[in-house]
Amino acid sequence: MKKNKIFEDIVHGIFLILGLITVGCVVLITIYLIISGLPAIKEIGLINFLFGKQWASTAAEPKFGILPFILTSIYGTSGAIVIGVPIGFFTAVYLSKVANKKVRNIMETSVNLLAGIPSVVYGLVGMLILVPAIRKIFKVPDGASLLAAIIVLAIMILPNIIKVSITSLDAVPKEYEDASYALGASSTETFFRVSVPAAKSGIAAAVVLGVGRAIGEAMAVMMVAGNVANMPSLFQSVRFLTTAVSSEMAYSSPGSLQRNALFSIALVLYIFIMLINATLNFFLKRDKEK
Amino acid sequence: MNKRKIYIGIMKGAMYFCTSLTALLVLFLFGYVLIKGIPNITWELLSTKPSYLAGRIGILPDILNTIYIVIATLIVVLPLGVGAAVYLNEYALNKKVVELIEYAAETLSGIPSIIYGLVGMLLFSNNFGTSILAGALTLVIMNLPTVMRTTQESLKTVPQSYREGAFGLGAGKWRVIRTVVLPGCLDGVITGCILSIGRIIGESAALLFTAGFAHAINDFFTGLTSPGATLTVALYVYAKEEGEFAVAFAIAAILMILTLLINLSTTMVGKYFAKRRNI
Repeated sequence: MKKNKIFEDIVHGIFLILGLITVGCVVLITIYLIISGLPAIKEIGLINFLFGKQWASTAAEPKFGILPFILTSIYGTSGAIVIGVPIGFFTAVYLSKVANKKVRNIMETSVNLLAGIPSVVYGLVGMLILVPAIRKIFKVPDGASLLAAIIVLAIMILPNIIKVSITSLDAVPKEYEDASYALGASSTETFFRVSVPAAKSGIAAAVVLGVGRAIGEAMAVMMVAGNVANMPSLFQSVRFLTTAVSSEMAYSSPGSLQRNALFSIALVLYIFIMLINATLNFFLKRDKEK
Repeated sequence: MNKRKIYIGIMKGAMYFCTSLTALLVLFLFGYVLIKGIPNITWELLSTKPSYLAGRIGILPDILNTIYIVIATLIVVLPLGVGAAVYLNEYALNKKVVELIEYAAETLSGIPSIIYGLVGMLLFSNNFGTSILAGALTLVIMNLPTVMRTTQESLKTVPQSYREGAFGLGAGKWRVIRTVVLPGCLDGVITGCILSIGRIIGESAALLFTAGFAHAINDFFTGLTSPGATLTVALYVYAKEEGEFAVAFAIAAILMILTLLINLSTTMVGKYFAKRRNI
């Protein structure tokens, strides 16, 4: 009997360790990013690093200011949200409330497919269609620009926004809508004035999720944004926080200030993501409590 | 009254417009990539490795690397993810611990792949060299939350009475888990597998600095310890660095077809197990 107890305890212990691995991973990632990100910030100075307007990592007199990257990431993400959220929102309302079962099934499959497309494929299509189109339509010398990145990101966050919004719109109690009908509102009015406000926490969560996806995307942006460390402007070639890391990582030598600065950029990006995650959790929790 | 009609009209119009836009977008993306890509898929492309001497590009090594990295990742991530889910659902009594683990899993699924790439480079590539193995271990951390969540969801559907019945017959906790709980969560494990495969096939940023971009044909075990590009990384390199758009589109078409298959199989697995449960 005692032997059995010990055996069960060992199994329990093994499962506990497996359960705690996720926590270990988060701790490990955080520690590694802080340890490798701090030295360069110390050397450059926090203010110079965060608010320096010039990035010239390989110049004779190197400059490591990442304000252009931070602003580009913020502008790019906001742009993607401004375009992607309304489209995703109206699509979600239609699919959740208006569409018949067949249309909804087909569209949900399509949205899942959209979510499954690898980001390099988005990048490739953007490179060959969007970039030349922007060059021709707006008569700029190079179409690889912030605008191209915004459009690609808007498409990439669309499935997340649609899926999360549909889930929360579906969860609105039918009584709310019935009450609205009884007061003489038409179906469209009911959806937008009753169902949507009732689902607003979930929709907010969808938007925050979109922000997280957009700010973290690297490969697709790398292929369409042109990748020059300019201050952000719609038709200029720009570099995001993510692409700043990936574009110089391959040729920076280990231990150099340049590489350490790249790790510091990753740390800044990580802090952004953590803030976004906290916001997301706030909205999701509020949604659940209701 | 008129104002109300205008409001309804605008909202209706916006709904129809946005939904058709989304639908057209999906159609266009798939149509464009498949039409541009499928004519470029030739037997020679699929069955050879790139050679500067012969002036040809082949993607066989990239296909093999993708398969290796999928296998290596799944072998490690499945026991970890399933174990974590079993702990959360069967063992954990302390609510704080459950919340901590779930919060960690949510955090992991929100971290962008480029950061996984960097950490994977520091953690794994500096120890095992730039290799498929380092790439696979990085992907293990990325896919852990997915496998954990799908398994957890199907564990919740295993009726409590099954467990009680087994306990009543005198089985120990581990025996109950092995014989009753684990077989019951098979569908969650399979769904987790398929979702992970999809994510692994589509991943590129996390692999650039951990698995590298070599195109050599290796068997499984040498493959693990040597660098190699997966299909997505190869697409990136051919499109961005070498301007070989025909090859890039061929790979993109293959990836699109795989995406279709993966989506199809997730739905089919869901339907199959839902049916079996109802009997």
